[in-house]
Amino acid sequence: MTSNGDLAARLSARAPLMSLQSVDKVFAGDVVALRNMSLDVRAGDFVSLLGPSGCGKSTALRLIAGLSHPTRGRIAWADGQGADQLGVVFQEPTLMPWATVEDNVWLPMRLKGASKASVRDDIHDTLRLVGLENFAEAYPRELSGGMKMRVSIARAMVTHPKLILMDEPFAALDEITRFKLNNDLLEMKAKIGCTVIFVTHSVFESVFLSDRIVIMAARPGRVIREVQVDAPYPRDEAFRTSAEYAGHTRAASDALHEAMGEAA
Amino acid sequence: MTIADPAPVAAPAMDAEEAVRQRQAQINRVAKWTLPSLVMVLSILAWHLYVTIGEVPHYILPGPLLVAQQAVEDWGLLWSAMMITTRLTLLALAMAVIGGVALAVLFTQSKWAEMSFFPYAVILQVTPVIAVAPLLQIYVDSAFVAALLCAWIVAFFPILSNTTIGLKSADHNLQDLFSIYGASRWQRLRYLQGPAALPFFLGGLKIAGGLALIGAVVAEFVIGRAGTGLGLASTLLEASYRFNFGRLYAALLLISGLGIVIFACTSLISHLLLRKWHESAIKRDV
Ligand SMILES: Nc1ncnc2c1ncn2[C@@H]1O[C@H](COP(=O)(O)OP(=O)(O)OP(=O)(O)O)[C@@H](O)[C@H]1O
Ligand SMILES: [Mg+2]
Repeated sequence: MTSNGDLAARLSARAPLMSLQSVDKVFAGDVVALRNMSLDVRAGDFVSLLGPSGCGKSTALRLIAGLSHPTRGRIAWADGQGADQLGVVFQEPTLMPWATVEDNVWLPMRLKGASKASVRDDIHDTLRLVGLENFAEAYPRELSGGMKMRVSIARAMVTHPKLILMDEPFAALDEITRFKLNNDLLEMKAKIGCTVIFVTHSVFESVFLSDRIVIMAARPGRVIREVQVDAPYPRDEAFRTSAEYAGHTRAASDALHEAMGEAA
Repeated sequence: MTIADPAPVAAPAMDAEEAVRQRQAQINRVAKWTLPSLVMVLSILAWHLYVTIGEVPHYILPGPLLVAQQAVEDWGLLWSAMMITTRLTLLALAMAVIGGVALAVLFTQSKWAEMSFFPYAVILQVTPVIAVAPLLQIYVDSAFVAALLCAWIVAFFPILSNTTIGLKSADHNLQDLFSIYGASRWQRLRYLQGPAALPFFLGGLKIAGGLALIGAVVAEFVIGRAGTGLGLASTLLEASYRFNFGRLYAALLLISGLGIVIFACTSLISHLLLRKWHESAIKRDV
């Protein structure tokens, strides 16, 4: 089965949405967080960055988000795109505790000057997408960890950005909640048709979610391998227990170990 | 009943615990008010008995009846004095809030401003106001304005320092998010730093409310002495010169009462503003 996402991805295969071109990032004290990192992300991709702690995954996301700038190299965007059309999800839900769920999701549009009345439908559609339509008036403290993360995802998706950056968003959640959110994330991505760059420590999570896994090593942070996961979307719970999944996981694990061995 | 059916045994055990907890909560609710009231009544009674049985002269310690009588007799005088002290305190507090918040906002907008002026805010704070008051009296014509400045100096610092910390305490990832969405300085202040600073500011307000009253009382003691006849503290001082101990105690009680009312008001404001979301204002069962 071929979804529209695949088709779109193949059609735009030659024109990346965003690319890192030989990017270095050096912090004060000669800490080389990234060395010569190149990465093309095409529209519709689900790219995972996988690697040990300190290999510069968060640094790469911050560069893409425009929160800091490359020491060398450059970040190129497709025409009409830019770091100002992003959604971001952090490891913590990072909600404003003084605002209701609805107002938290309103934030990106509020900062662009949109009144709540004018975007109420967008807010509620997105809350329905993440399954929280009945919690619009709740405050973050009244929600479970998984629900807070859903609000955070809703906030990132409400503006229908082309690119969503996620930095270990599910690392702090229990496994059952994480599996559920993995499934739902793929569904939501298909619905709004965005591109995702997803940072994770988990081989299993990266295989389940992505079509490309970029394996990174530390000291200095760099890309050492890229693994394709050629399993079609939509992927559901059955995929998780399939032989295909196990095969891809083994391949990714081997690549990671090999890479670690090379790196050491 | 069979052993295979343990529910009737287990259920009451749970309920009993819950019932105990509820009863405890109910008792606590009542005791919170009745116990302090009881202590007050008993202390007044002990005070009365000590004065009457010990035949303590009224210029050493007037009995509660004498104080009450004097309060009624001097009510006009005490009331107008209290109005002056109240106005002094509230004006000083209002100025402290405006000045403290404005300066805190300035500090967070400009590191240079903070570096330049924060040390002087500290100097203003650590210099005892009682040493400054006589000077103010020399340089400022109006005794009321001089007293107001004294009270303001004391009340200002906790608001400034708490609000400054609060404005900086906003979550770093949220700050990044605001940057990503291209928020202006004003939006950042209005939607992120301001709300994040609110609990800190309200904590400062509670302290500043009490300090404004202390500042006002100190100022009245020092400045009101020159026969300018300021508020309650001046009345108290004057009563002590005239050995009118009934009035002295009545004035003292009114000052305490004013302090309690101010504390209650600031606590209420804090509760109302934070009850929906801040951990400090949220009741927990266990
Ligand atoms: N602002 C900074 N100043 C100096 N060094 C930094 C800064 N940010 C990151 N680093 C360094 O850059 C390297 C990469 O950090 P980064 O946070 O990107 O790693 P990561 O792959 O996200 O790790 P983790 O999986 O633990 O989140 C680390 O050695 C870190 O100490
Ligand atoms: Mg990281």
